[in-house]
Amino acid sequence: MANYFEVFGLPRKLQIDLDALQREFYELSRRYHPDFHHGAGAEDQARALATSALVNRAYRALRDPVARVEYLIALEEGREVREETTAKAKVPMDLLTEMLEVQEALEVAKSSGLTDEASERLRAERQRLQERYQAEEDALIAVGPEWDAALDAGGDGKPLLERFKQRLAARAYLRTVIDDLTQAAGEDEGGHVAHRRH
Amino acid sequence: MSRIVGIDLGTTNSLVAYVDGAGVPRVIPDAEGRKLLPSIVAYTPNGVVVGEAARRQLARNAARTVYSVKRFMGRGWDDVREEARHVPFEIVPNAEVVRIRVGDREVTPPEVSAQVLRALKLQAEAHLGEPIERAVITVPAYFNDAQRQATKDAGRIAGLEVLRIVNEPTAASLAYGLQKLAQGLIAVYDLGGGTFDISILRVKDGVFEVLATNGNTHLGGDDFDRAMVQWLLGDIRASHGVDLSTDPETLQELRLGAEAAKCRLSSEERTALTIPFDGFTYRRDITRAELEGLVAPLVEATLGPCRMALQDAGLATGQIDEIVLVGGSTRVPLVRRRVHELFGRTPHSQINPDEVVALGAAVQAQILAGGITDMLLLDVTPLSLGIETLGGIVSVLIPRNTTIPTMAKEYFTTSVDGQTAVDMHVLQGERELAKDNRSLARFDLSGVEAMPAGMPKIEVTFLIDANGILQVQSKELRTGKAASIEVKPTYGLSEAQVTQMVEDSFTYAEEDVNARLLIETKTEAETVLNHVRRALKQADHMIRPDERRSIDQAIDALRAVESGTDRDAIRERTIELNKVTERLAEAMMDAALKGAVGSRRADEILKEK
Repeated sequence: MANYFEVFGLPRKLQIDLDALQREFYELSRRYHPDFHHGAGAEDQARALATSALVNRAYRALRDPVARVEYLIALEEGREVREETTAKAKVPMDLLTEMLEVQEALEVAKSSGLTDEASERLRAERQRLQERYQAEEDALIAVGPEWDAALDAGGDGKPLLERFKQRLAARAYLRTVIDDLTQAAGEDEGGHVAHRRH
Repeated sequence: MSRIVGIDLGTTNSLVAYVDGAGVPRVIPDAEGRKLLPSIVAYTPNGVVVGEAARRQLARNAARTVYSVKRFMGRGWDDVREEARHVPFEIVPNAEVVRIRVGDREVTPPEVSAQVLRALKLQAEAHLGEPIERAVITVPAYFNDAQRQATKDAGRIAGLEVLRIVNEPTAASLAYGLQKLAQGLIAVYDLGGGTFDISILRVKDGVFEVLATNGNTHLGGDDFDRAMVQWLLGDIRASHGVDLSTDPETLQELRLGAEAAKCRLSSEERTALTIPFDGFTYRRDITRAELEGLVAPLVEATLGPCRMALQDAGLATGQIDEIVLVGGSTRVPLVRRRVHELFGRTPHSQINPDEVVALGAAVQAQILAGGITDMLLLDVTPLSLGIETLGGIVSVLIPRNTTIPTMAKEYFTTSVDGQTAVDMHVLQGERELAKDNRSLARFDLSGVEAMPAGMPKIEVTFLIDANGILQVQSKELRTGKAASIEVKPTYGLSEAQVTQMVEDSFTYAEEDVNARLLIETKTEAETVLNHVRRALKQADHMIRPDERRSIDQAIDALRAVESGTDRDAIRERTIELNKVTERLAEAMMDAALKGAVGSRRADEILKEK
């Protein structure tokens, strides 16, 4: 079965023209969506269904810059992965040290209840981490052109994969801490856990 | 190929529509020109009645008249325990599929819905003059797998091949899109009788791409009515000192009164409510402000899902180009106001909010029929799909708001030497723990070849089709053999049960037809008896005593069978009575004519013609 890049006739590069991707997605959908194969035989219908599902998954992974990187890593490493899993890499040490302060704020909130002061501190920490999270994501995406350039030069992009993985791990870790902070601050909407997208 | 119709199977009303020869979607009216069929089914001792006729049974025959059954579709006892307290019919506590007891019969929600669907099918057949066997049926976007499957089952029981289950807000967007009434980023706010949906779409170049959807399948106009009824009960207790909360028929009267008052308050600032009860008549003026005070928390509850959907779509409220209102409950001014405030834009509803979903379903039917080729709907699955892993944690396979059809693969192995079966638990929902999510089904993978633990590699493919319904396939990779899967739906009917119901529906349909015929025969007998009784009063002196005797005998003979169930006997004796009274009828006719035209006999006059 074709990989997601092949589905859209694209090279394995990380910089993608999103407007062109969307146009192609609509085009492929018009061709393969089961709605347009309704009168066809069972075999043709099954094929349309499978192809349409593949096109949808490919679009979902490629349109999002982070999911795109995750997919690329999986592809390069020859693994079959699900969208939700993050590549396993160690969380950078400096980030863990940095988190000590946050953990302390969480402990205080847990032991002494949600005083105004405690929840104020949780909110401030969360704000800071969200900025950090965004920065981590931007940095991840910024490595994209390097990968594309290495590919163009016919060189080896493999060392870059490790950098991607580290950024992804840091990002995933931050996400977990932010969710914990949200929960601790009691701002969890209707018991709904914020969806851990990537 | 027969025509495909579009059906909006609503909580309160249902509609059927089709696309006419000119490409215009139209709602199909019944013989009396009514477009909305009340989704009400009355199980009377004389047969099943649907729609307006059933509506009239609501207060009279409360325990056997089922309404709002959509709220019970695909649900188990635990889900509806609270709901069951508010309805006058009896819900049988059954963990998997709730049942409703109507007289000596127990019916499942899909069977009740099938009655509504069958009525719509007949309505469409009468109007179009051709058999209808295929349909597109709409469901709330936030319906889970079991609720969708239950709707499909209902279609089958009604004798319809359900070609597609379409989400209501998406269907509405198709109706708007066909007329180019909505382009760009659209928010469809759909508040119906029992359910709430919000869908965010990108409409561009004929492609209707749903970006995110959210909602609440237990929030709608019914809840508005309920809030009013609770308030009225309190008021009656205070003003008349009576507690009416335990009498089902009274509650039904109150509910109907509240519902009507609610509708009037959409256009009036104040309305009078008058309900006659045993011993007293309850009168009260209600203002729109009072109604708004009662329903405000419910309207507020729709805004959270709107924000969630926007967030999932990665959009801010200000980026939405148009807001479309769907569903009868969006006529409530407070709803319009709050939606306007949330999006900072005036919502619109050029197409009748009661009809727009059915019209959209007809458009989708036309797309499937190949009659429309420039429109394409790309919908999403509303809830994340996952499997239970060690420790009761859910591992998400397909996140919510993924474009469908979609699929995910998962690999399983054995944990004990020689193990030949593996089971897995599939769930839907957004929570991290399995117990907090909606159990979909348990799958038993069997026929795995006996191997040392961890050796088999079983690939399971989860496919969500364009209806939003899950299909599961599995394969053992080492042997390449398809492992057999037994599905045990947690909340739903098994294939065998549905097949049984399809068969039953034929039996019952026959029974229902027989019941109807019996009623007609009895009515006919009653009419003849009344005529004869009146004739004898007027013209007894015109017939001979022996003639009178045979008439009396025929009357007694008919009376002896009239209250029974032997339709043939009733019919025969009715004919017999008609025969023996021929002389009486003639004599009366003569007398009447003599009065008018002198002494000539009736047959003489007739001969002149």
